[in-house]
Amino acid sequence: MHPVPTPPLATIETRGLVRRFDRQVALSGVDLSVGPGECLAIFGPNGAGKTTLLRVLAGLLDPSGGTASVAGVALPGGVAARAQVGLISHHSMLYPALTARENVEFAARLHGLASPRASAESALDRLGVLGHANTPVRVLSRGLQQRVSIARAFVHTPRVVLLDEPYTGLDATGAAALSAALEGLKSGGAALVLVTHHLDEGLAIATHVAVMRAGRFVLHERRDAIDPASFATEYRAAVGVVG
Amino acid sequence: MTGPPGILAAAWTIARKDLTVELRTRAAFLSAAVFTVLAAAIFLYTWDPTAVAALDLAPGVLWVIFTFAGLLGLNRSFAAELADRAIDGLLIAPIRREAVFLGKAFANLIFVLGVQLVAIPTVVLFYNLPLGWGAIAAIAGIAVAASIGLVAVGTLFSAMTVNTRLAELLLPVLALPFFLPIVTAGAQATVLVIDGRPLTGALDWMRVLVAFDLVFVLACAVAYPFTIET
Repeated sequence: MHPVPTPPLATIETRGLVRRFDRQVALSGVDLSVGPGECLAIFGPNGAGKTTLLRVLAGLLDPSGGTASVAGVALPGGVAARAQVGLISHHSMLYPALTARENVEFAARLHGLASPRASAESALDRLGVLGHANTPVRVLSRGLQQRVSIARAFVHTPRVVLLDEPYTGLDATGAAALSAALEGLKSGGAALVLVTHHLDEGLAIATHVAVMRAGRFVLHERRDAIDPASFATEYRAAVGVVG
Repeated sequence: MTGPPGILAAAWTIARKDLTVELRTRAAFLSAAVFTVLAAAIFLYTWDPTAVAALDLAPGVLWVIFTFAGLLGLNRSFAAELADRAIDGLLIAPIRREAVFLGKAFANLIFVLGVQLVAIPTVVLFYNLPLGWGAIAAIAGIAVAASIGLVAVGTLFSAMTVNTRLAELLLPVLALPFFLPIVTAGAQATVLVIDGRPLTGALDWMRVLVAFDLVFVLACAVAYPFTIET
C-alpha cells in the first residue's frame, strides 16, 4: 500500500474572509490557498477589493470575519506574521530625504537582520540599483524609486510576498529585474500574491489565477487551465463587462 | 537573520531614522528655532519693565515658548510618515506598535531639547537674567523632566490627529489641556530657581514632573496601538 502524498501546507490561506469599512463590505467571503513556490495572480476592476485583501494579508487591516493565516500564523498575527511578509503597494513607503541604501537598511534593521548594510546592498544589487545606493530617494526617477521600494520589501527574503501593481513605473530593465527577483523568491519557496490590471504580466508568473469582483472571487483557476489567448474575454465576462 | 529586534532596539532604530531625516531637511527645527527667537523678541518688546520685573516675567515667557515651539515639531512627527505611506512600512515591520511610539517620542524629545537649547539662552540674554551656571543647569534639568511628559502626550495626539484635515489645529487643541499640569509644575519650579530660592522647593515640583512623566509615558505607549486604524 502506497502512502497518499499530502499536499504541502498552504503558506497563505483564507476561509470566508470578510472585511467591512463601517457598513461597506470590501471583502465578502474570500477563500484562497497559496502554497510554497506558488503565485496567485488576482485581476479585477477598481474597487473589487484587491488592495484590501493584500492589506489584510499584510497585517495592516484586521479581518472583520472569516479566517486567514500567513506562514502558519492566524491573522491578526502580530509580530510573528509580519516577520514573514514583504509588501509592495501603490506607495513606495520610502523616506525621500534618506538615500536608497538608508531606506533599505532601515527596513533590514526593523527585521533584525544580522548585517543590515550588507543585506541592503545585496537587495539593491538584485534590483539593479546599487549604483544609486547613496542617492537620496527624492531625486530618483519614479521607476528607480519603485525598484528601491521593491528592494526594501525583499530585503529580509520574505516567505509571503504581496504585490500590488509592482510593475507600475518600471522600465524594461526594472521589470526584468523584478521578474527575476520574483522567480528567485518563488523557487526559494515563497508564496506570492500579485494584484495587477495587466493580464499578460500576471499570467506570465502565476501558478493560479483569480478574478475578483465586488469583494469576492468570481473565477479561480490553476494557471495551466487557462488559455492566455481567450483569457481577456473570460475576464471581461467575469467582471461583467459586455463586448 | 537574528530575529526581530526588541522594543527598545526597534524604537532606537526609528528614532535614529527620524533624527537623520530632520538633520537632512532641518525643516521643523529651523522653524521652531526662528519661532523661539521671534516669540522671545515679541514678549520683550511688549514688556513694560516698570510694571513687571524681568524675574517675574521670564519663567512664563520661557514656558510659553517651550510649549508652542515644541508643538511645531510634534506636528511633523507623524505627518512625515504620510508621504508615500512610509507609515505602512513601519506598521508591517515585525516590531511591536509601542516601539513606533517610543521611537517617535524619543526623536521628538531630542527635537524639543534642541529647541530648549535655543530658548533658554535666548530668554536669559533678552531679559538679562542674573543667573549662574548652577541655576541654568537647574532650569535645564526642569526643562528635560517636563519635556518627557510633554513629548509623550504630544506624540500620541500627533498620531491621533495626523489623518485629520485639521491636524495642525487639532493637535494643540487636544494636547494643551494635558500639557497644563506639566507646564504648571515646570513653570513653578523655574520661578523658584530664577528667584534664587532654596532648591528643595524646586525639587518638590521636580518630583511632580517625574510622576507625570511616568504616568504619561506609560499611558501613551499603551494607548498608541489603539490609534492605528486596523
